[in-house]
Amino acid sequence: MAHYEISMPVTEEQVRKLRVNDTVTLHSTLFGIRDATQIHMFDRGRRTKFDLRDHAVIHTAPNVRKVTPNEQFPAGYQPVCIGTTTSDRMERFTRPLMEQYGVRFIIGKGGMREGSLEAFRELGGAYLAIVGGTAALETTWVEQIEDVDLDDLNPESLWRFKIRSFGPLLVGMDSHGESLYDNVRNDVATQREKVLAQLGIGA
Amino acid sequence: MHTLDLHEVEETAKELYIRALKKLPPDIKTGFGKLSASESNTTAQNILGTMIKNIAVAEETDNLLCQDTGIPIYNVWIGRDVSVDGVALKNAIRKGCERATREYPLRSSVVHPITRKNEHTSCGIEVPVMHIDFVDTPGIVKLEMVPKGSGSENNSFLRMAIPAEGMNAVKAFVIDSVIASGGKTCPPTIVGVGIGGTSDLCIALAKRAATRALDTQCSDPEGQKLEAELSAAVNQLGIGPQGLGGDATAFAVHVEMAATHITMNPVAVNMQCHSARRASAVISSSGTVYGY
Repeated sequence: MAHYEISMPVTEEQVRKLRVNDTVTLHSTLFGIRDATQIHMFDRGRRTKFDLRDHAVIHTAPNVRKVTPNEQFPAGYQPVCIGTTTSDRMERFTRPLMEQYGVRFIIGKGGMREGSLEAFRELGGAYLAIVGGTAALETTWVEQIEDVDLDDLNPESLWRFKIRSFGPLLVGMDSHGESLYDNVRNDVATQREKVLAQLGIGA
Repeated sequence: MHTLDLHEVEETAKELYIRALKKLPPDIKTGFGKLSASESNTTAQNILGTMIKNIAVAEETDNLLCQDTGIPIYNVWIGRDVSVDGVALKNAIRKGCERATREYPLRSSVVHPITRKNEHTSCGIEVPVMHIDFVDTPGIVKLEMVPKGSGSENNSFLRMAIPAEGMNAVKAFVIDSVIASGGKTCPPTIVGVGIGGTSDLCIALAKRAATRALDTQCSDPEGQKLEAELSAAVNQLGIGPQGLGGDATAFAVHVEMAATHITMNPVAVNMQCHSARRASAVISSSGTVYGY
């Protein structure tokens, strides 16, 4: 259970070093992405101007205040509250994000499934778990909204955040086929039988 | 006869949305303390610690607890001897909700269900959701605001079980719904269970149960027994905070019920996430008093 400080972008070698239960704190750059963003990118043929290669994306749609672009708020958006949404809905986009855009890390809550785990193993990626519902804290890790793309989808635009000490995040799924969520699911299946028996229900 | 000031309703509806998003009710804070004291898993302890820290950071920085502004729900109770134009009351609440979104500004999380167009008002067809009921207390109107997050709302379940399946079907359905929700619903949760009624009432009961304050009980003694039994059971499943393992899967299982048909045995489950937000206010001629 090691801790890593990683300045983005990351290398495949660094990603492959990570194992489940390690923790990671990210620095420099992070991209925000969500359901509509990915539906438009992968189902409706839209492209982003951003280079996501070897970067991290977080499942988010932030609360922002629209302001006149200036040095402090170059994209014309002041962050209000930035947090993380449930990843599971975006399961089918992990592979295309990695294959077509070279994304290395997905940050989210609640975990992802087999297809993502296989993509992480094959292409060199990892799922970093953040504590969902702790957006007030997470907002303090975001310095600035540097840029935004596909902004007609606001708040589900593609956001580029400047971050400082973003974490610690827990490696929930690694590039070696390990998933903490699968481990828990297996344990829960065993516990289910016991719990139902205690409730007097024949399984 | 007390005439309700609709400007006050609009201001209150606006204020309640923002308050609900920022300050967690004291019963939920106490609930976190209890879960944390009995948690045996180290990862789960760390996660609960982060959640507790977030509550403090939100208050210190005067920020929202969670980025999900939810689907806005307003529950309204009108007391005796209150004169109110019902249509204007609904318009005032809607206006307050829209103003909170534009003026704060909050992320509008509400879209048209087919075109997915966001009007950036947190309003749309039938939204904000409003439930209007009546109470015995004279001269008051109570407003409750619940910003219902989607992570938990996406885990909603209904089963039209039959009488021959008995209460075992109800209990097993609750357990399996909690398992199906896993980490997606942002545990620790309040598991809201609706029993009886029609299909739509059953789901409404589950939502009422999920948004009820902790340490309150079902009014029916059989429902109370079920709450105790299922609350203990779900925390033996090992799902834990965020679905990463541990004891703290739920703060509690809450049950609400209604009579049902001789041929029916419906059960519904609606989840509330750990950011179990709600705020309320009582409006009367002596002013507006805010609470949870």
